Amino acid sequence: MLQPDSLGADSRRNLFSWICSVDHKRIGIMYMLLAVFFLLVGGVEALLIRAQLAVPKNDLVSPQMFNQLFTLHGTTMVFLVGMPVFTGFSNFIVPLMIGAKDVAFPRLNAMSFWMLPFGATLLYFSFFTGSAPDAGWFSYAPLSTKPFSSLPGVDYWIIGLAVMGIGSISGAINIVATVMCCRAPGMSLQRVPLFVWIMFMQAILIVITIPPLNSAISMLLIDRMLGAAFFEPARGGSALLWQHFFWMFGHPEVYVFALPAFAIVSEVIPVFSRKPIYGYAFVAGSSTIIVLLSYTVWAHHMFAVGLGMGPNIFFAAATLLIALPTGVKIFNWTATLWGGSIRFTTAMLFAIAFLIQFVVGGLTGIMFATVPVDWQLTDTYFVVAHFHYVLVGGIVFSLFAATFYWFPKISGRMLNEKLGKLQFWLWLIGFNATFGIQHLLGLMGMPRRVYTYDDNPGWALCNGISSAGAVFMAAGTLVLVWNILKSMKSGAVAGNNPWEGFTLEWATTSPPPLENFKELPEIKSRRPVWDADHPDLADWKSEKTPEDRGHRPAGAKVAAWSFVISEAIFFILLLVSYVVFNSGDEIEGPTSETALDVSRTGFFTLILLSSSLTFWIAERCLRRDKIGGFKLWLGLTILLGCVFIGGQVWEYSGLISNGITVNRNLFASTFFTVTGFHGLHVTGGIIVLGIMYMLGRLGYLTSKRTHVFAAVGVYWHFVDVVWIAVFSIIYLDVFK
Amino acid sequence: MSTFPLLQPASPEAEAIFELFITVVLISLGIFVVVTGLIVIALWRGKAKADTPKQEFGSSKSEIFWMTGPILILVWIFVITTKLILTTNAVPKIQPTDSTHELELHVTGHQWWWEIQYGDSSIVGANEIHLPTGKRIRVKIESADVIHSFWIPQLARKMDAIPGHPNYIWLEATKEGVYEGRCAEYCGTQHTWMKFKVFVTSPEEYEKWKQEATAADKTTAQQVAKTAPDGKDASSSGAKLSTKEAGKAIFLSEGCINCHALEGLSTPSIGPSLTRISDRAIIGAGVLKNSQENLGRWLKDPQTYKPGCKMPDFNLTDEQVKQLVTFLWSP
Repeated sequence: MLQPDSLGADSRRNLFSWICSVDHKRIGIMYMLLAVFFLLVGGVEALLIRAQLAVPKNDLVSPQMFNQLFTLHGTTMVFLVGMPVFTGFSNFIVPLMIGAKDVAFPRLNAMSFWMLPFGATLLYFSFFTGSAPDAGWFSYAPLSTKPFSSLPGVDYWIIGLAVMGIGSISGAINIVATVMCCRAPGMSLQRVPLFVWIMFMQAILIVITIPPLNSAISMLLIDRMLGAAFFEPARGGSALLWQHFFWMFGHPEVYVFALPAFAIVSEVIPVFSRKPIYGYAFVAGSSTIIVLLSYTVWAHHMFAVGLGMGPNIFFAAATLLIALPTGVKIFNWTATLWGGSIRFTTAMLFAIAFLIQFVVGGLTGIMFATVPVDWQLTDTYFVVAHFHYVLVGGIVFSLFAATFYWFPKISGRMLNEKLGKLQFWLWLIGFNATFGIQHLLGLMGMPRRVYTYDDNPGWALCNGISSAGAVFMAAGTLVLVWNILKSMKSGAVAGNNPWEGFTLEWATTSPPPLENFKELPEIKSRRPVWDADHPDLADWKSEKTPEDRGHRPAGAKVAAWSFVISEAIFFILLLVSYVVFNSGDEIEGPTSETALDVSRTGFFTLILLSSSLTFWIAERCLRRDKIGGFKLWLGLTILLGCVFIGGQVWEYSGLISNGITVNRNLFASTFFTVTGFHGLHVTGGIIVLGIMYMLGRLGYLTSKRTHVFAAVGVYWHFVDVVWIAVFSIIYLDVFK
Repeated sequence: MSTFPLLQPASPEAEAIFELFITVVLISLGIFVVVTGLIVIALWRGKAKADTPKQEFGSSKSEIFWMTGPILILVWIFVITTKLILTTNAVPKIQPTDSTHELELHVTGHQWWWEIQYGDSSIVGANEIHLPTGKRIRVKIESADVIHSFWIPQLARKMDAIPGHPNYIWLEATKEGVYEGRCAEYCGTQHTWMKFKVFVTSPEEYEKWKQEATAADKTTAQQVAKTAPDGKDASSSGAKLSTKEAGKAIFLSEGCINCHALEGLSTPSIGPSLTRISDRAIIGAGVLKNSQENLGRWLKDPQTYKPGCKMPDFNLTDEQVKQLVTFLWSP
């Protein structure tokens, strides 16, 4: 890797040094720049949408083009703006806040980042094929299946998302491992700044929320490419299964964006009120509760699909419940402002606007939790207004607050406050004009995703106002870009701590050196920099926090467990689809009873399970430095894995020669999908074991360096556990 | 048509939802005023301060205190929500047999139009529903292709039309009038123009309409059969035919017959039925008002008015269009 990597050094001008960088600060900046670029792309898409809708019966863009625009606008803003920008801030700020030198896995970090431009290229490459995806960012089946979307746009959408998903999960695993393993001495987990705690929760949420999307898009891709029919009702599939899987991802995804916004304002509001956050434990705890509850509310996107009364009532209750941990935060932020001495910086203005606009979005959210109201308002512009108040009025405003708050730390220079305030007012007016009026359009009955409309009374006026507001937001964005460019060149020099901030990132230079800190202040509370600046008012004198007991788990193991949990969810959903499609009696063609040889596969199951045993013995040998035994038992593990794969090849070829292929019926589709993905995981595991074997031969693995091998073990045993579930459900039919 | 259909309900169900909505809006306004008020007061009090304020870390007591209100409000909202789910939307899977319920409606979403079948007659319509006042009608909602959503804001809740998953709702109108309905779920290129109209009349007028329409169906069938040419090879002798007969020849030869039903001639439902088309209010599921001129425009170039719709441009001459319109208008 390239050496002097400090942001201030000469290498800054060298593009190659950026591409090769594994420094968390540079990677963080690259994430942010990518997000800014796609914010402009997604913004232009939004402007075209608003231009088309500015007047009734407009024909600026064709219907196909309009549908592509809103599909790409949603996909871009979610996957190429929302995800990367917060990962960028997390990357840059979290290690600084916990006094670490870098993230836990710097090279993995670089890989995670580079997956994004790769995925983005795949997504946007669809334009050159003449068919950008146009089934909506939610790609509802069966519209997204081959009979109704025969052009390759949806395929690009799927593969682009899969690639970006890999980057998101590995990036999130990195943050989890960083927070757990890399905190400076003195910083117990209860002393991390709220930004760190909430971004930790957000990273955990990414790890568990992307897998349902991966399950869904894998199945859709198998439908489209291999002729299965998971989501084609005409051939026995289920249109609703897609919605369940998609929103199991899609709703937690909302909190993947909301949590960072909470994290940001939980730093900005206290600093500019000159007070600590009110109720740290409640803000932190309520974020954890949101992570837990976010998985129980997905079907509130589906109140109009006819789920029946029971599910409707359950999901209404869960949705109302999740409003509480958000409400707790609103009150705590208000209590933090209360009695504070307020500095109305641009960052603070954006944070305050966030607070109020987020309340509006939250309250309309409660209206949608009121199921019968949802039956009327869903899929109208009322819902467009609702979620843009959350995503733009809330989250984008918090992002601007973060930009103004941390830009000095990132660049070493201050952003211009005058331009900042101009941008603030342009956005405040533009945002509320564009989306506020859409509440009315919803009540007028204007549906979402229509490329034009009749000249009904009031529609032209409201849409005109909405489109005019968009121009203000665009102007505000240009002011920001100008402000950034100007300030990079000639902004006031920031110094270490321009805002009188509380947390560790303000204890180092702006921008920080490559190794982040020359020396760390003593960490005895949640605000070490405040303590250092105000010795007589130091937090630890008045507010006791749990001492750091110095426990830091091994990064590799944390990463392995996070990965395994993520993969477990992926397999659980594939198995759910197996059970859903194979529980009825009316399946035509082969079933598990008629097509599978249980005793033969049972034998290979024992082979695979015994490989876990041999692995365990190999690990014991390594601990005791018996390298010979280690190589023997590891070699045996690899052999057993290969035998299992051989058995699977035998089984597959038998099935295929009997005409049982993935497109035969839903049993065959689910069978090949589940066992195929498992087989791929075993194969991947064998490759990793092979690498371990080589490292052992070369002498890299010793009793003092067992962490990585233990982490591989977590994965290998996991693959076996998955097979036990697969064997019980598919071969032994335990759910029948 | 009303400017704010969601605020002008015309059925007991829409009325109940409207009342619930207003309740929740008022609660929300209350919360908004309180929260924003507190924020503004805090900002106002803190704006001129320059000194270091008292460093407060919070107290569990105040947290519990201020969360009591929101918890009670959410319980309240949950109760009124559940009550409405249970009372107005008991899932109508079984058709009741008493006289107030005898009419059943069967609605099928297609890309991009609505097929309407009536349980009490053989009438098949497209993009138009005729209803009597004061009857609670069970609607079976299905889809022939992708997911659509059946929505008449002033009369009933939205309900998705999902292939392989029939849904049911109650539909009831208290006031006579014409109501707008439309597809509310994105369903592809022409989701925009997938509207329909609901004509609510008194039960007597509805009966009258039903009888007239049934009679018209019969007449159409007879007329169509009478109109030469009656064989498939008739287009060859087109020169001697009257305008209407030439229209029928085009209907047969250009392929209209493959997608559209016409009483006495064809039955497919890929496109809407063309029987009694002169009675319809709209063309192309809302893209044009119906008239002979507009029907001609549509036949001449459907892709201009509804780009991406399933009906291709047949490159008909003006003469052919006139003949086809004449035939369809009164077969």
